[in-house]
Amino acid sequence: MIQINNISKCFGNLNAVDDVSLIIPDGQMVGIIGSSGAGKSTLLRLINRLWDPTQGQIFYKGKEITQFKGRELLRWRTKAAMIFQQFNLVKRLNVFTNVLMGRLGYHKTLPSLFMMFTKEERALAIEKLDRVEITDQALKRCDQLSGGQQQRVAIARAMMQNPEIILADEPIASLDPRSAAKVMETLRDINRKEGITVIASLHHLASARMYCERIIGMANGKIVFDGKPSELTKEEVLKIYRVEDAEEELEHDIENVEMLKHQKQGRKVAVPG
Amino acid sequence: MGNPQNNTDIKSKIKTFETSLNREIQEKSRKTVLGIIIFLTLFILSSIIGRFNISNLIEFPNIFNYIKKTLPVLRLQFLGYDLGVWYSSRNLYLREMFDTILIAYAATLLGTFFAFLLCFPASKNLMKNWWLYIIARRLLDFSRGVPELIYAMLFVVSFGIGPLPGVIAIAVHSVGSLGKLFSEVNENIDNEAIEGIRSTGGNWFQIIRYAVVPQVLPNYFSYALLRLEINIRASTIIGFVGAGGIGQQLILAVRQFRYQDVSAICLIIIACVMIMDFFCEKIRHNIIGRENLR
Ligand SMILES: Nc1ncnc2c1ncn2[C@@H]1O[C@H](COP(=O)(O)OP(=O)(O)OP(=O)(O)O)[C@@H](O)[C@H]1O
Ligand SMILES: [Mg+2]
Repeated sequence: MIQINNISKCFGNLNAVDDVSLIIPDGQMVGIIGSSGAGKSTLLRLINRLWDPTQGQIFYKGKEITQFKGRELLRWRTKAAMIFQQFNLVKRLNVFTNVLMGRLGYHKTLPSLFMMFTKEERALAIEKLDRVEITDQALKRCDQLSGGQQQRVAIARAMMQNPEIILADEPIASLDPRSAAKVMETLRDINRKEGITVIASLHHLASARMYCERIIGMANGKIVFDGKPSELTKEEVLKIYRVEDAEEELEHDIENVEMLKHQKQGRKVAVPG
Repeated sequence: MGNPQNNTDIKSKIKTFETSLNREIQEKSRKTVLGIIIFLTLFILSSIIGRFNISNLIEFPNIFNYIKKTLPVLRLQFLGYDLGVWYSSRNLYLREMFDTILIAYAATLLGTFFAFLLCFPASKNLMKNWWLYIIARRLLDFSRGVPELIYAMLFVVSFGIGPLPGVIAIAVHSVGSLGKLFSEVNENIDNEAIEGIRSTGGNWFQIIRYAVVPQVLPNYFSYALLRLEINIRASTIIGFVGAGGIGQQLILAVRQFRYQDVSAICLIIIACVMIMDFFCEKIRHNIIGRENLR
């Protein structure tokens, strides 16, 4: 269980995350939605401890992770794997090496600097790559891959960390609909089969509704909605995105969601949006 | 759109933008003027301190007399013989020149190695510990700040005459200049890969090794080769103070008024430097070209 108590992150006099409290049980798949600048990325970075909060605490399994330092902090980051919108791979290294990077947290510094990964780890890397279906690209340099492929490498790397939590910051924002569906399905699969908690910030309402069992809406650094996808009514969406009147685009998106909801009962829809 | 309230709104926005833009332009031009004034002041000061005046220029032709004295007698019908006399100690000179290149090579290797170690703590984006950053920076500044020749003089005193003090002198200076260049390369890399590795729980050394080094290595290599070019030139000089290489022969020839030997040695130096420059540049461009093609 992740327990967030009154956490805030300030940049100058801007509260990017403003007094947020939240409890996320183990194994949940959570979507965070909200307009640009709402503080979604900031919240995820605070949980991974890439950034330190200005105020407040985060607990995981009873331990205050906001107090972690040194080795303990690194172990925490390994446990709470992060996936980024911009993939954040080392583009000059090949896919295989990038995936192995997920093991860094398990190694002594000196051997790890000479790429001394064990046979088991290498086998594991191939296994993870197979899971995201890019084994055939394993020896390509990452800058030669498409966005969707890179994002799947990033997922494989996250899986190599043997994480208990996956924090995905807009994992599908720069992907085409088909790759997006694939990435979301992989995340859901990981969530269901391995029981890993997944927290994903999403810009795509329909995906959030379709893949997540719980949706959190943020606006101006605060949580303004927290509930099941079915509770996310049109009024709530308008509140989250802080528009008085539904603009055409948004209206369309909302309609889409309604439609998908009906379809979902019937057959599986692979391509949102 | 088009409603009057919106219209005045956008107008006032444009106005505030324009004022801030103007302020920035003024600020910039003030800085430019200040820069020009500082430059001119320094220029005038330096010409006063350097005792630069026209009469120096008129005396300048003295140097041509010296050059004329160093020219060998070359007769067309006895060309082979005359060349043989001019380059009678060619074996010695070539050996010394080879030593000189070796000194430069060893110094560049040593310098690159230590610059590589020091450049990471000397990069602001990589080193968050202020003290370590400052120490690394100052260390680089210090080793860069003193010319090779002065290091060579100091090391000749402590290590004795020979190539060893020369190697160390040039290496120390190279650490400073390469380390500075390397750390600038580091500061220009993209942060995404770094965050990626950090988010997996990698420690500082692992971040450097896997997020930074793959991005910067081709640049380092190119800079190190450029340094080798520079060091070959530097290593011809340090012999003047007894730190090995062909410079030692040159200063001897100058002191003993062996005018023709001076020109013989100078020609060898020029030829070798040109050849090495040519090859270094070829390799460098090859690397840069290959990187850009990716
Ligand atoms: N490094 C930073 N320095 C200063 N301000 C920042 C920094 N990072 C984020 N902010 C500010 O914090 C606020 C929240 O940013 P955040 O990136 O969390 O938004 P977001 O909800 O992820 O938006 P988006 O959907 O566009 O990614 C924004 O107003 C942003 O300008
Ligand atoms: Mg964001």
